[in-house]
Amino acid sequence: MGRDGGVSCLRRAEMNMMSVGGIESTPAPAPAPAPAPAPAPLDLDEVHVLAVDDSLVDRIVIERLLRITSCKVTAVDSGWRALEFLGLDNDKASAQLDRLKVDLIITDYCMPGMTGYELLKKIKESSNFREVPVVIMSSENVLTRIDRCLEEGAQDFLLKPVKLADVKRLRSHLATKDVKLSNGNKRKLPEDSDSVIITPPSPSLTISTESSPPLTISPDSSDSSSSSSPPLSPVEMFSSSPIDNDEDDDVLTSSPEESPIRRQKMRSPGLD
Amino acid sequence: MDALISQLQRQFRDHTISLYQQGFLDDQFTELKKLQDDGSPDFVAEVLSLFFEDCVKLISNMARALDQTTGAVDFSTVGASVHQLKGSSSSVGAKRVKALCVSFKDFCEAQNFEGCVRCLQQVDIEYKTLKSKLQDLFNLEKQIIQAGGIVPQVDIN
Repeated sequence: MGRDGGVSCLRRAEMNMMSVGGIESTPAPAPAPAPAPAPAPLDLDEVHVLAVDDSLVDRIVIERLLRITSCKVTAVDSGWRALEFLGLDNDKASAQLDRLKVDLIITDYCMPGMTGYELLKKIKESSNFREVPVVIMSSENVLTRIDRCLEEGAQDFLLKPVKLADVKRLRSHLATKDVKLSNGNKRKLPEDSDSVIITPPSPSLTISTESSPPLTISPDSSDSSSSSSPPLSPVEMFSSSPIDNDEDDDVLTSSPEESPIRRQKMRSPGLD
Repeated sequence: MDALISQLQRQFRDHTISLYQQGFLDDQFTELKKLQDDGSPDFVAEVLSLFFEDCVKLISNMARALDQTTGAVDFSTVGASVHQLKGSSSSVGAKRVKALCVSFKDFCEAQNFEGCVRCLQQVDIEYKTLKSKLQDLFNLEKQIIQAGGIVPQVDIN
């Protein structure tokens, strides 16, 4: 555990060296509490959280809460260090830094120097990180404070002391949000292209931006994947409306009669 | 050996329950235990140890700020340290320490010197008491493990 006042866990230098975007790496085994001796490539499927709290005890606890819910954590002790980590403390735009993958920022409200609210504002003002959800933690249940933070764009407001259930809830929201964002500082989804590539649904995704099932489907299973994904749109140009309606629904209710049509579309020229 | 393990486990259980019943610990301590596993078997002890170090530092700050010989007492400085102590005691489930900090904070805001000094003394005693009781608890844990036993999960309810 980090005992210094600066960045604990993943060393900052390592973070800056890690490049993001397009790198396929095998997932690391469950992270051990001690910092890794060598910089490991960032697993694109792992959520990386930046935690900000001036209290060492709280930093250790939040760090552990996040790690237990399978997040990679960088914990810093002030808003300034957070901005420094994000590369927002001055105007120099670093090519490395805008590939920094931060999926969530969780910050204490009451901190000397820069409050969590001020940090929130700065993050929302930045082009690189304004899409990153920011969660505020506070020991005080002050409605005006909560409202102000939410108005400024905070994703959520947690009352301290933070519990495992709170973090699990955050984590589950992140899992579903991740998939919706296709660009910015997020990983690219396999179907993030214009070509109509039919890939099997990925088990790790929880929302239906998966592309349609493979070609060798039987009539029944053709509607096994709900999909409103773009890959089918060139195909849909040739379709009649019933299929379109299906594509819009999250839950596929297409009847077996339609599937042969879809299957035919999938085999239409230009796909293979 | 089994008799020894059972005895130690019973002591551990009783001691744990009494800590909760006497208000030394609250639900947040239970939450911390959830974060402990085979990969991090000493997590709770480590966090509490950091907390007690925090207590020493903050109480020293408060004492210095309440020292009238250096001039007028700056209650906001005292209050800032109290706020921090309240936060960390809350995070580890140190119920009595946290409760004291609440009163302490009120006295700071009221700029009540005697009240603050009294609270400072009480907080000092309280964290040391908790530290000693938890040390007993952690020692029991160690003894159980050394005797080849398993530390029981204690249901507080």
